[in-house]
Amino acid sequence: ASPIPAPNPRPDIAYNKIFINNEWHDAVSKKTFPSINPATGEVICQVAEGAKADVDKAVKAAKAAFQLGSPWRRMDASQRGKLLNRLADLIERDRAYLAALETLDNGKPYAISYLVDLDMVVKCLRYFAGWSDKFHGKTIPLDGDFFCYTRLEPVGVCGQIIPWNFPLLMQAWKLGPALATGNVVVMKVAEQTPLSALYVASLIKEAGFPPGVVNIIPGYGPTAGAAIASHMDIDKVAFTGSTEVGHLIQKAAAESNLKRVTLELGGKSPNIIMSDADMDWAVDQAHFALFFNQGQCCCAGSRTYVQEDIYNEFVERSVEKAKARVVGNPFDFKTEQGPQVDEKQFKKILGYISTGQREGAKLLCGGNPAADRGYFIQPTVFGDVQDSMTIAREEVSAP
Amino acid sequence: MKKQRSDSNPAPVMPALPEPLKDLKIKYTKVIVDHVSVFLFPPQADVDKAVEAARKAFELGSTWRTMDASERGRLLNKLADLVERDRLILATMETIDGGKLFSTAYLMDLGAGIKTLRYCAGWADKIHGRTVPMDGNFFTFTRHEPIGVCGQIIPWNFPLVMFIWKIAPALCCGNTVVVKPAEQTPLSALYMGSLIKEAGFPPGVVNIVPGFGPTAGAAISHHMDIDKVAFTGSTEVGKLIKEAAGKSNLKRVTLELGGKSPNIIFADADLDAAVEFAHIGLFYHQGQCCIAGSRIFVEEPIYDEFVRRSIERVKKYTLGDPLKPGVQQGPQIDKEQYKKILELIESGKKEGAKLECGGGPWGDKGYFIQPTVFSNVTDDMRIAKEEIFGPVQQIMKFKTIDEVIKRANNTTYGLAAAVFTKDIDKALTFAAALQAGTVWVNCYSALSAQCPFGGFKMSGNGREM
Repeated sequence: ASPIPAPNPRPDIAYNKIFINNEWHDAVSKKTFPSINPATGEVICQVAEGAKADVDKAVKAAKAAFQLGSPWRRMDASQRGKLLNRLADLIERDRAYLAALETLDNGKPYAISYLVDLDMVVKCLRYFAGWSDKFHGKTIPLDGDFFCYTRLEPVGVCGQIIPWNFPLLMQAWKLGPALATGNVVVMKVAEQTPLSALYVASLIKEAGFPPGVVNIIPGYGPTAGAAIASHMDIDKVAFTGSTEVGHLIQKAAAESNLKRVTLELGGKSPNIIMSDADMDWAVDQAHFALFFNQGQCCCAGSRTYVQEDIYNEFVERSVEKAKARVVGNPFDFKTEQGPQVDEKQFKKILGYISTGQREGAKLLCGGNPAADRGYFIQPTVFGDVQDSMTIAREEVSAP
Repeated sequence: MKKQRSDSNPAPVMPALPEPLKDLKIKYTKVIVDHVSVFLFPPQADVDKAVEAARKAFELGSTWRTMDASERGRLLNKLADLVERDRLILATMETIDGGKLFSTAYLMDLGAGIKTLRYCAGWADKIHGRTVPMDGNFFTFTRHEPIGVCGQIIPWNFPLVMFIWKIAPALCCGNTVVVKPAEQTPLSALYMGSLIKEAGFPPGVVNIVPGFGPTAGAAISHHMDIDKVAFTGSTEVGKLIKEAAGKSNLKRVTLELGGKSPNIIFADADLDAAVEFAHIGLFYHQGQCCIAGSRIFVEEPIYDEFVRRSIERVKKYTLGDPLKPGVQQGPQIDKEQYKKILELIESGKKEGAKLECGGGPWGDKGYFIQPTVFSNVTDDMRIAKEEIFGPVQQIMKFKTIDEVIKRANNTTYGLAAAVFTKDIDKALTFAAALQAGTVWVNCYSALSAQCPFGGFKMSGNGREM
């Protein structure tokens, strides 16, 4: 494997405003909000705070870019694919910078940003680039003297609201399919982690996407996010985040204009280890399933069920592994676990840990903050957990 | 110049039309859960009981879950056989309960219902997943699994067809269902309950709860143990359903809602065909169709002639008892609809549209409305914007392609549309430019079990069939 380039732990922040029509705008209100470095608790920079007025501007731009006869509507499907591949090329060119920016804003270890997040982002865009000109309709042998065919057409203006746990990857997962199929986008990035997505916006312009095709708004859920979910001129909303907010999004979509809704929400995924499993491999995988990305994955294996006869040994080995996990400065190549994404998550997690103890789960290791600065939490293992306990039922999103 | 036609495709032969049953006995009037008629109150309790039965029938290891997919298909075909056997009973019932012309019920509704059951029967064992060449050392495959308990809320305009459009795909894929038929027209659904039992579907697979929207319907859309709700009805109620789904358990939602579908007639169209299709496209089933072509845009040069022929087509109508032969138009479904339509007709007159014929109630009994034609309708009038769901035809004038595309798309609806032209460039342009789930070229209302159906924008979410 080629060596990972050394990171610049203080990357320059070139883009911190609202991206509409391939241009950078202040918020209509002129307000800004701070983006925080979770490893230190310090402010990285101020970012324009988009709200309803900015969403309105973005939707207007997106609608214009989607007009019948516009450059985007007239573009060959294969050309959309070329633009997506070009975007992937540019992300590859700036891979080290983006990985550093992602680590600075989210706290995930740089080696992982570089090797995993950025790798998957590039692959996702290339995958969808290839699909662009392969969306087939059908001819249908219906009853009667008719010729019948289906046409797959883009939905239109897609509102996309993405989370903070995989900022770049969530952006690629939303943009790839939407752009491959010819839609236009108004994307709200998470207030905890806006920076990498905004840099990608500059690459979207550089790649040659027409103005208005992608518009990106940093801002908060109850303002900018809600404005998207209830917008009368947005045709579809796609949201990744908590189930609690998912409810609000679907309700808002229903109350406004019946826009189509897709939701990727929380989980409490069971990981079941039978006694005939390869013990080493199972311990390894179960550890990875939970602890990856500081435990901040919707698909985290957060209920590990171990068959009785191997339970004790499995627990012992899992605790050993957790104790050995290296927590520290995410820019350090030795680090396996960085900080949690922000103070709110940090406090919530400590609350769950204390609830776990109170309800009678056995704290086998960890359970405390791992440093005096930043939002680091020790890798924590609970044994003898019962299904009725809060930590067995609610999504903790933690190591 | 005579049009070249193929000699080898004669017109399809319709089955002979029998007389409707004179003495229809209504046997099934109760809630059907687990093949058993029950009567519980309040409606929430009925829905809860039905969901419990449906959930049990869907348990891993149940008869339904372990049944071969092909066997599900065989059961659907058996159900089609039984519907065919009892075609006369169901058609008579549909006419009496829904005010539908008997000839239409027997030939079209029953025909479509039977064909849909057989179409879905054929799909049951052809629902394929995929193996996927993903990155890394993994074997990956997709499995298409039934969603689970499906709540299905159906309307009164095509009671039997809507019942079948809902249950056939759901059962074909292995789901279990809780159906709420419309309070105006519950009888054919309940009769189907008896045929479903006779065909051999396991208990709990299909449960039917007649009732009202705000009680039984709301119980379904709010239910925490229903995995998906499918609704056909008004846009107004569609919003409530989706909201309830979002509030409760984020159940999947598909909606088939209203429409205000544009029918665009160019001067180069076959005028006879255009007038006829525009007429049937609006007046079919007393105008009570979600796909009704209720905004007819006619190119200026042929406008006057088109209006003249449309009026003539409608003037000779016989209204009356839909069971009787020779009647072309039956009653509207109920008093509420009747009043709403008359109110919209009055708005048309008030806002300055030209009333060419009709324009008021007919007869002194029941909910009959004279077939009505308005010309010189402009886009801002209520009759040009709101869904009337009655025998009221709006004819507007247009000049250019770009103009009519804009005007046709200028609505929050998007269910269907049509264009009449012999110019292939125009036809293909409109097929792409119109924001509608179905676009007809030189025809209207052509529907068949093989075609997907659904709307853009606020005409719905998702596709049926």
